[in-house]
Amino acid sequence: MPIISYLAHPQDGKKESLINEISQLSSCEVIPAENKDLLIVVTDTNNKEEDEQLKEKIEALDSLKLLAMVSGFDTPKNN
Amino acid sequence: MYTSLTNRRSFIKKMAAAAAMTAAATMFPGIVFAKEQEAGIPNGNLDWKKGPCRFCGVGCGILVGVENGKAVAVKGDPNSSVNKGLLCVKGYHQTMCIQAKDRLEHALVKKNGTYIKTPLNEALDLVASKMKETIEKHGKDSVAMYTSGQSTIPEGYVASKLMKGAIGTNNLDCNARLCMASAVAGFLTTFGADEPMGCYEDFDYADYYVTWGNNMAEMHPVLFSRMLEQKNKRGAKIIDFATRTSRSSAASDKSILFEPQTDLAVGNAICYEIIKNGWLNKSFVEKHCNLSKGLTNMGYGLEDNYSFTDKPEKINFEEYKAFLEDYTPEKVAKISRVSVKDIKYLASIFGDPNKKVMSLWCMGVNQHTRGTWMNNIIYNIHLLTGKISQPGNGPFSLTGQPSACGTAREVGTFTHKLPKGVVMNPEHRELAAKIWKVPVERIPAKPTYHTTEMFRAVDRGDIKFIWTQVVNPLVSLPRTSRFRPGMEKDSCFVVVSDVFPTPTTDVADVILPASWHIEKSGLYGNSERRTQHWDKMIEGPGETTPDAWMTIQVAKRMGYGDLFPYSEENHVEEIYNEYRQFHEGKKHGMAPLEVLKKESGVIWPYVDGKSTQWRFNAKFDPACSNGEDFHFYGKPDGKAVIWQRPYEPAAESPDNEYPFWLNTGRIIEHWHTGSMTRRIPVLHKAMPHSYVEFHPKDAKALGIRNGEKVKVSSRRGSCVLPASINERGLPTQGQVFVPFFDENMLINDVTLDAFCPISKEPDFKKCAVKIEKA
Repeated sequence: MPIISYLAHPQDGKKESLINEISQLSSCEVIPAENKDLLIVVTDTNNKEEDEQLKEKIEALDSLKLLAMVSGFDTPKNN
Repeated sequence: MYTSLTNRRSFIKKMAAAAAMTAAATMFPGIVFAKEQEAGIPNGNLDWKKGPCRFCGVGCGILVGVENGKAVAVKGDPNSSVNKGLLCVKGYHQTMCIQAKDRLEHALVKKNGTYIKTPLNEALDLVASKMKETIEKHGKDSVAMYTSGQSTIPEGYVASKLMKGAIGTNNLDCNARLCMASAVAGFLTTFGADEPMGCYEDFDYADYYVTWGNNMAEMHPVLFSRMLEQKNKRGAKIIDFATRTSRSSAASDKSILFEPQTDLAVGNAICYEIIKNGWLNKSFVEKHCNLSKGLTNMGYGLEDNYSFTDKPEKINFEEYKAFLEDYTPEKVAKISRVSVKDIKYLASIFGDPNKKVMSLWCMGVNQHTRGTWMNNIIYNIHLLTGKISQPGNGPFSLTGQPSACGTAREVGTFTHKLPKGVVMNPEHRELAAKIWKVPVERIPAKPTYHTTEMFRAVDRGDIKFIWTQVVNPLVSLPRTSRFRPGMEKDSCFVVVSDVFPTPTTDVADVILPASWHIEKSGLYGNSERRTQHWDKMIEGPGETTPDAWMTIQVAKRMGYGDLFPYSEENHVEEIYNEYRQFHEGKKHGMAPLEVLKKESGVIWPYVDGKSTQWRFNAKFDPACSNGEDFHFYGKPDGKAVIWQRPYEPAAESPDNEYPFWLNTGRIIEHWHTGSMTRRIPVLHKAMPHSYVEFHPKDAKALGIRNGEKVKVSSRRGSCVLPASINERGLPTQGQVFVPFFDENMLINDVTLDAFCPISKEPDFKKCAVKIEKA
């Protein structure tokens, strides 16, 4: 059950679009910076496959310039 | 302890978000994530309680979410005009340190070299009896207390009352001596009144922010974010004047680097240019300023029992002008390595009558063997141009600690201070004696030990009992290589109140378990004269007890119960109401507690139900009474002083044997000595240990690679750390920088105990070191 956090850099002028688009994806939480063009994205998925698919979906967004992983936790289901 | 799966996942998600925030904070100076708090807050009925942040002197308002008696979330207080709902990375995570497994929950008494868990009452009996016995045997000046700019106002007040009013010794000093003493001496010598005349609203009006040796992006991130906001919104400009390229430099409009110690010369060169180019505000200077000079070649306080008293002498404007002839941009460029063009550029900012300018500084100016002079010189620049005490125009001395202003400076936990004024002044002693209900003769008229001299006295065996509270001197003092063995000597009985074990508790004879910030009620005072109150939010573990109450308990045991008639439940309120009497009047009136309980802080002077935002300006300050636009009423004649202060070299400069400057300081992830922030997992993981920064050319010449262990040595001691090249900061060539938060890499074993002879504040920014591969 991976929990991953990322720094997401939007394309110029696309911060709001990126917030909206990522917010609509399930298993994602978005925390936008108040004063910079940068978002924190935290994903919480059931397994590695789901995690990979979700990451691909985020990376496919046109409003995204760069997605950089910061930390990852993989907790077993029964933990 | 059982943790549900939901709670555990929620916690891990919060950790993941926190790690990303920390990474962002180190990459983007001043970045803020106001909505993070909402994302990480657990569901349920949280009871949100207001208070000030525990870290730094900005004084951000926080709201702590409490559920089932536990602090489970922190968010910025949207009602606080300081931070408007924003917090920095340390602020968000502050309460996480409470969960540290090695919390000091019970008193510990050292017996035959082993710490024995002891009931608090027994430990306090021992502390009181030791203190009393020491006084009986060796006199009242053989006992000392050393407190903090992180002590609450009531904690500082009862410490001062115990030492000065009850026992009758001035052996009380605090760690604000290490950070703000030069600022205090600067204010008193120039204006006769401590603390900034302006407030944070100045940020909203200034066209230029000139930061003097001040990495605000890491040290005062929320204020830096306010500057960035104005930069983006109005085109306000940030000018970074420093000895090291930092995160602040990267976000500034212009970065100007200078050779350590030569800020004195550059400041004088700015004054020279202001006069030469006709930018002088002549009518302001004539109406509102005197000119003076003091003694020079004062020394550096390196020898024990050093003493110095300045002898001010009035001068006229022509004499001052002639003095500045030695500080032409051309002459100063040679010693400062600042170009003539940049010196002229800096002067032109202050000289433009249509631009509003704030100067901002903290440790770079204060931790300086000529720190008082450097504060005076910045004030000179603002006085010569009349850019002072107006919205957006003014010198703004920032504070490092959350209550360096409220407690150390206003309550007065320095050896020379009283809650109002100084021990040397008979009227001030009389007022203190009246409010404290003690004979005036009991309060000694002469200051005793400032911090450095206090720990030298411990080492010499002159002080035989010391009680430290809310402070970790064996990491934060300069030259700990002398003071650690000093504190270990049997000649001194050491009592340490703290929340966590530290290198200072390691040398204690008695360790007292202190309540942490939100486990007690209290008041802090921040950089902009704002007093903030908070109520106890949660219960502390074990026998943890507020420091103020432990001091009161010891005082009672020593026979001073009649002077400390406070109740355990309401002592904070009772103490504050007593303390307020010291500051009655238009110049320093403090808000009633009921107002502080409602508001997210109130700026003093609080007059007729209103805060005074700009002191000394008749438009805003009801204490102005001279019929003029400005009234510097701290001085008897109502005039501020322009001081003639020369450039003098540092106490120790690089030479053939020790060829590098050593500069020390903080980083964004850690607060001071790291005793709290290193117990916050996300902050500790982000920066788990200290390091030594090199300029890449120096590293190359020494054959040192990034991460390689190197030994930094001075004439006093050495420290082994990994090298950091082109990472967080970039020192100038010939200089290295080391953060001091890491108790496993004690860089203060290396630093020098030289201090400003006027303020007695040590210089942690300049000494000579050599570098070797470890």
